[in-house]
Amino acid sequence: MHKIWLIIKREYLVRVRKKAFIVMTIVGPLLMAALLIVPTYLAEESQELRNIAIEEDGFEFTNQLEDTEFLHFSKIPQEKATLLKEGFTESNYYALLHIEENNFTLYSNQQISLSVSNGIENQLEKIIEHQKLKAAGIDLTILESAESTVNITTKIISEDGNTTNSQAEASMGIGFICGILIYMFIFMYGTMVMRGVIEEKTNRIVEVIISSVKPFQLMMGKILGVALVGLTQFVLWILLTFAIATIAELLFMDVSSMTTELSSAQQSILLSEISSLTGGINLAQIFLSFLFYFLAGYLMYSSLFAAVGSAVDAEADTQQFVLPITIPLILAFILIQPIMENPDGTLAFWMSMIPFTSPVIMMVRLPFGVANWELALSIGILVSSFILTTWFAGKIYRTGILMYGKKASYKELWKWLSYKA
Amino acid sequence: MNESIFIAKDVVKQYGEHTALNKVNISVPKGSIYGLLGPNGAGKTTLMRIINQITAPDSGSLLFDGAPLDKHHISEIGYLPEERGLYKKMKVGEQALYLAQLKGMSYTEALEKLKFWFKKLDILSWWNKKVEELSKGMAQKIQFVVTVIHEPKLLIFDEPFSGFDPINAAIIRQEILELSEKGTTIIFSTHRMESVEEICDHIALINKSQTVLEGPIDEIKKQFTNNSYEVITASKELNENDYFSILTKKDTTFRIQLKEGKKQQEALQSIVAAMEIISFKKEIPSMEEIFIKAVNNA
Repeated sequence: MHKIWLIIKREYLVRVRKKAFIVMTIVGPLLMAALLIVPTYLAEESQELRNIAIEEDGFEFTNQLEDTEFLHFSKIPQEKATLLKEGFTESNYYALLHIEENNFTLYSNQQISLSVSNGIENQLEKIIEHQKLKAAGIDLTILESAESTVNITTKIISEDGNTTNSQAEASMGIGFICGILIYMFIFMYGTMVMRGVIEEKTNRIVEVIISSVKPFQLMMGKILGVALVGLTQFVLWILLTFAIATIAELLFMDVSSMTTELSSAQQSILLSEISSLTGGINLAQIFLSFLFYFLAGYLMYSSLFAAVGSAVDAEADTQQFVLPITIPLILAFILIQPIMENPDGTLAFWMSMIPFTSPVIMMVRLPFGVANWELALSIGILVSSFILTTWFAGKIYRTGILMYGKKASYKELWKWLSYKA
Repeated sequence: MNESIFIAKDVVKQYGEHTALNKVNISVPKGSIYGLLGPNGAGKTTLMRIINQITAPDSGSLLFDGAPLDKHHISEIGYLPEERGLYKKMKVGEQALYLAQLKGMSYTEALEKLKFWFKKLDILSWWNKKVEELSKGMAQKIQFVVTVIHEPKLLIFDEPFSGFDPINAAIIRQEILELSEKGTTIIFSTHRMESVEEICDHIALINKSQTVLEGPIDEIKKQFTNNSYEVITASKELNENDYFSILTKKDTTFRIQLKEGKKQQEALQSIVAAMEIISFKKEIPSMEEIFIKAVNNA
């Protein structure tokens, strides 16, 4: 037991001290923070009022185009329009809408934002529709009165009769992020284990070490050491992301005005809104399940990656063995989208039971609510399969690490399983 | 004969269809320098791995210091495998400490002993260097230190001199002899027969998964002498007689073989009676000759 700690310690420290780890730990949250901040920043920017000039013979469309919160239309005469086309920068117009019969062109000296062109398009479409309806003799007032909007409130009734607002969007977001994170971590750290095994084999240090410890201890020490590296990085990412996001918020947003504007009553409304947004989602359960599926999924896959590493002499030879291992993982990744759309379907159920896909898929399903027996069954299957795969991988590993210069085939691997330790 | 530190009895090890060891028997006397010889693929490495409990035999019994070989014996054995290396990116001192602790030493004990050995071999200045900055010979020295650091009762060296220049090879040979004088038993596997001759007192020869020869070197040599002599005379006219036959003849140098039941003195007297002798020498086979003969006869 003492020896496996020594191995875990070495594997952990060597990796945490690496420059690549430090860089990734810092760059990761910066990227994530950028993903959070940039869209808000862009959304704010597009909110400014834009002047659109109209060039048209007559007033057919001009009169019907309505100013909106962000668009202001004004007709300008022909000569001015020609001038404008030559010098947008001096004018306070954002774009020029040229109307000729039913042909519409939008001119600007810059890339026209999608929201502007979409806004104008929508209005024009409506105008033309109305013209056609009128020509067909349909009374617009009847049409307007027939128009209706429906908002469905979705509620989940639990067994004790309580209802909660279900929030598909929030569930999707949380499920998606958890699924992707697990996929990423298994891949990154699984291959890290594999590279570590190959390194020891090509360095020829492995025989020195296993004359002191059991091959299984060396393998598990490496797997657990790398798992701690993964957890460290994950925790640092969360902390740093929050730190960066908070700092960025303080810098870019006028917080002082926000806090004074929001009375305590408003604040409490805001809080209740946030909680209702995630209401029905058991955050504690998701967090604990995330830790479990991350660790168990990683343990299962990384032992297989370790077995692959032991069977080859160089990373270039891993392809034929890595592919069958990664196919189920990639499949799970591809299925995230369809499963979010139907989180209680047959596909979703089976994918969250099969241990090779369950770490990713169960995390996608969980925010939508999963029956306890399903969760328990999935956990049970995953635990027993990682015990099985580590046993299986251990057998291949202890033979593989001592086979130098021999290219292993599947047949060879099968034989290794029968060798006595 | 004094007692044995290690005994293997009828050890069998199979890898699938391939039999690596087929009823191998060896017994390594305490305090000896024991040469483990054999052609490539004979099963030496498998046997050494079995002694180190890297792998287990399919059948047969193993005794270490009188007791069945067990996990706790790991700290009493030091092994320098032929395929050896170090973590390239790790610092020398840190790595040596790690490997010493894996052998069961405490941190402080390991540090103290390592400093002693590094000073002894004059390599203390490498302590904070990364292994990748060292030459192959330098790395070999560190591997040697790490193998012997926990003062095991039994040391197993597989081709310990490969990668060393003659000066460093001599230093390492000296260290091995010193360890032997202190009572450590040494199993020494090599293809270089001259070093076997130089330092081993016992050998075992393994060929095609079986022990072909085993015992003290002088006894084995006796076993392989076939009563032949090299005679150099002043005359070219040496003829066969009742006592010996001539094997080869080159100028005035003859190789003669005693006839069945005849004695050395009788043959010598018969020659002295006829001519002047410049040299008369019993042919003792070299380890190399024994090796080739034993392997080819099997």
